[in-house]
Amino acid sequence: MPQTRDAAALHQAHDVDYAVTAHKVSKNYGDVEALKDLSLEFPRGQLTTLLGPSGCGKTTLLKIIAGLLAPNSGEIQVDRKTVTGPGPDRAFVFQDFALLPWASVIRNVAFGLELRGVAKSEREGIAEKYIQDVGLGGFENSFPHELSGGMRQRVGLARALAVDARVLLMDEPFSAVDEQTRRKFQEDLLSLVQHENKTFIFVTHSIEEAVYVSDQIAILLPRPSRVSEIIRPSGFRNRGSENIRRDPEYLDIVDRIWSSLRSYVE
Amino acid sequence: MTVFGRRLPGMSSLILWGLLWEVVGRLGVTFFIPPLSEVLVTLFATIGTPAFTKALSETAYAFTMGVTSAIVIGVPVGILMGKNRLLDELLLPWVNIFLSAPLTALVPVLMVLFGFGMKSIIITTTLFAIWIIILNSRAGVMQINRSLIEMAHSFGASPIDAFVKIYFWAALPEILGGVRIGVIRAVKGVIIGQLLISIVGFGALFELYSANFLMSHFWAVLIVLFALAFTISEFLAFLERRVAYYAAKR
Repeated sequence: MPQTRDAAALHQAHDVDYAVTAHKVSKNYGDVEALKDLSLEFPRGQLTTLLGPSGCGKTTLLKIIAGLLAPNSGEIQVDRKTVTGPGPDRAFVFQDFALLPWASVIRNVAFGLELRGVAKSEREGIAEKYIQDVGLGGFENSFPHELSGGMRQRVGLARALAVDARVLLMDEPFSAVDEQTRRKFQEDLLSLVQHENKTFIFVTHSIEEAVYVSDQIAILLPRPSRVSEIIRPSGFRNRGSENIRRDPEYLDIVDRIWSSLRSYVE
Repeated sequence: MTVFGRRLPGMSSLILWGLLWEVVGRLGVTFFIPPLSEVLVTLFATIGTPAFTKALSETAYAFTMGVTSAIVIGVPVGILMGKNRLLDELLLPWVNIFLSAPLTALVPVLMVLFGFGMKSIIITTTLFAIWIIILNSRAGVMQINRSLIEMAHSFGASPIDAFVKIYFWAALPEILGGVRIGVIRAVKGVIIGQLLISIVGFGALFELYSANFLMSHFWAVLIVLFALAFTISEFLAFLERRVAYYAAKR
């Protein structure tokens, strides 16, 4: 199958630069094994999606990479340094946006920098730039409750970009916005991956979304969670975002993922 | 409320009750209720007298000190209880006991511990106000959206930052609600303290007027006290409305 590039991937394995690696990570919640000996590598400058049925531990893995949860065993390395907690090399985009409801858009975007002790004028200058970048110019002094869901997530994204972390962790970032906004977000994400030299780790439960945005898709299967398959869509990535959804390779991969996941859906 | 298609201004019902008071007073049903007009005349006559201003300043001092310490101690304790399970288990039973305890019965103990002066009055005031402030701050913290805390944590917030920039603001609507109820309770506390511990301030005036059956003086002071408590409470309600825009959307 051309889309998997198994042989090519094996061949490249030695010279691919990994920004993040998970090595034999296990996590238990009481008696429940959420993750078991999970190992996975995330190539630098690319977008890797964690895809799987609900309860497969994808968000757990993402939070362990973020340093928000500690694994019971195994380790995460970011740029070859073991993760012991949250750090400036990673920024998180939350599913429910996690904006400060009492703060204006500009303060929310600058909040990561504020916590790092960046002076007010400097951090607001940086925040201003990213507010423009995500298309929210003119809303600097609005409050989150005055914005639509899609705009709120743009604020969340701008906040994560403003701290200029090398790794961006996104936990189902588009699941709380409407379908049309979601499509726009997916297109914007593609150009973001292309233009920002960052490593993206993306959690979703939408197969189409995963295939559309990812350089690498890790399929996680539940109880206990493990990586069952790694797929690297390659053929349609450079043909323009508007052509992806009718590319035969895109459709093939979507079908293939569905056939391997369908038995896990109740 | 609207009557005959006209909108009545707020608290119009007070006019009706005031009229009833006047009528009952003029009928001379009991010496306990002099006509409202007489009370108001007494009120304006007393309000500038040295005895009154002295009582007012003594009461205001004890009240301010008591409420301030209740807030300064109560809010952080409540927030810490909401954050820390162990602290919560340790302190919650005591907070609940003192919230419902007849604190007046504790006043003699306070007199033994802290003497017969201003200190005991301030502590009494604090004890009346603090428990509901603690409970409300705690409740405010406990309903915080988990992902806000994770967000602060993931961007490297220190515990102090998280406390000042997340927990406090997220709990502010509940904290203000607690402070408003606490302040109303503190009005009771300061008068009870002044009546039981040392006869000063408004407590002394109440004692003096009721012992001498000076009912219109008695009611005049009560009206002043009510007006003060009402003003403070309305001011806090105003602050609560200022944060209402995010209270429903946290």
